[in-house]
Amino acid sequence: MVSDSTSPPIEPAAAPAVAIRELTRKFGDFTAVDRATADIPVGEVLGVIGPNGAGKSTLIKMLTTLLPPTSGSALVAGHDIVRAPAEVRRHIGYVPQLLSADGSLTGYENMLLSARLYGIPRAEQDTRITGALARMGLTASADHLVGRYSGGMIRRLEIAQSLMHRPAVLFLDEPTVGLDPAAREAVWEHVLDLRDAFKTTMVVTSHMMEEIDQFCDRIALIDRGRIAVIDTPAGLKARVGPNATLDDVFIELVGATTETEAERAYGEIRRTRRAAREHG
Amino acid sequence: MAESLFDGALDYAMQTYGVAAAEVQKLRHDPLELATRAVQPVLWLMLFGEVMAQVRGISQGNLRYLDFLSAGILAQSVLFVAIFYGISAIWERDLGILQRYLVSPAPRSAIVIGKALSASVRALSQALIVYLLALLIGVGIDLHPLAIVGVVLVIALGSALFSTFSLIIACIVKTRERFMGIGQVLTMPIFFASNAIYPLALMPGWLRVVSHLNPLTYEVDALRALMLTGGASDYGLGLDFGVLAGTAAVLIGVAARMYARMGY
Repeated sequence: MVSDSTSPPIEPAAAPAVAIRELTRKFGDFTAVDRATADIPVGEVLGVIGPNGAGKSTLIKMLTTLLPPTSGSALVAGHDIVRAPAEVRRHIGYVPQLLSADGSLTGYENMLLSARLYGIPRAEQDTRITGALARMGLTASADHLVGRYSGGMIRRLEIAQSLMHRPAVLFLDEPTVGLDPAAREAVWEHVLDLRDAFKTTMVVTSHMMEEIDQFCDRIALIDRGRIAVIDTPAGLKARVGPNATLDDVFIELVGATTETEAERAYGEIRRTRRAAREHG
Repeated sequence: MAESLFDGALDYAMQTYGVAAAEVQKLRHDPLELATRAVQPVLWLMLFGEVMAQVRGISQGNLRYLDFLSAGILAQSVLFVAIFYGISAIWERDLGILQRYLVSPAPRSAIVIGKALSASVRALSQALIVYLLALLIGVGIDLHPLAIVGVVLVIALGSALFSTFSLIIACIVKTRERFMGIGQVLTMPIFFASNAIYPLALMPGWLRVVSHLNPLTYEVDALRALMLTGGASDYGLGLDFGVLAGTAAVLIGVAARMYARMGY
């Protein structure tokens, strides 16, 4: 392609916070993530939605270096997840789907463990810990055992733990699952507050369409391991029709295809079985 | 360059220490766990030991049988705590705590060494109980400070070795149910195919060969030499420490490679 004066610069001034290229992960014959490609600009809150088993968690696990990809790659905060996983880990925060705070330690002790794991200098540890706890509204319960925290408090503690080293990208895997509406709201407020204060890029998976619609700049819809579409909430809804909700988008783009896919897969299985029988 | 190497070493030490310190904090919150672990050595020394001391056939050099046994029981109680240590790694994996370790920039080996150290701390609290008990029943304990430092080192090494072995098993089996079964199967041969409760001289030839390949034998040998007045090492303390440190280092290397796969 010949470039002319109106085409955008080849190297944008700001490199994306996350650049995913043909990222693929297979488990045996099953392709959990299939040639995913996307750019996430700095400071964006990207919601990741999709049916159960679509590959959301596998994608996040690869981007956070917990799981090596089968092929393809990604740059996270400018570092290659395959060639420099340790550098990637230095620049990201991760709040897993499971509750990762240790219930048999106090809030402060959990924070101290994180501070040490992230190599935060001793002289700064206390200031950063108390600062992060205050930001998440946990100062009063810092010395209580986390086993006695509510679900919402644990989530806020985990976010506090993963932001102490000031990550460029924060991955949150279903951060509001199991929380009541008030606690969900509080988690989102804190997440958006972080983005505004530090320009932290956020990648958030969720099954709650309303919150994704309300709080995310863009939404990536994952279906059968592929990024089916990335767009703004308004853009996505406009694709389906006037007055469409995100639920409608989900069903329109995923629901229908899932069914035909299931049928196709069933036919395929029958064919393979028949072939196996014939070949003895 | 040298400065960044130094910084790296400082980070490594802090990461390792952080993992171990968290474990000590947990013990402080729940000290009852340690008390419940005291039951087993009490039973071995007070019941098994007192009865077996009547059997004249067990020749053990110039040591009384109870003295001979106390070092073995110390090693055994450390072994039993360490060998089930992997189950906490599986527990942490199921909870999501492991994932937090793995997404941090801490090198895997720093995490594994930190875990091994925290197992050593637990083992040392166990040793304190055995020491008190042994003194109570009149075992000739050597209370020279150097002897005690030696015992602490042997226990720390032995515990790090077997807890890391346990971590490797955990990385392989990945579920608590399977681990419990395998843990039971492993503990008995490690314990009985060693010099913990009887001298190797009483064993048939093949078992003696197996026992010579068992790190626990060297741990017990070093403990007998250091812990008891009039105790002596059969193999030499140099060999004992060499075997323990060498095996621990190899196991830590293997565990560091396998630990990352726990996050899949």
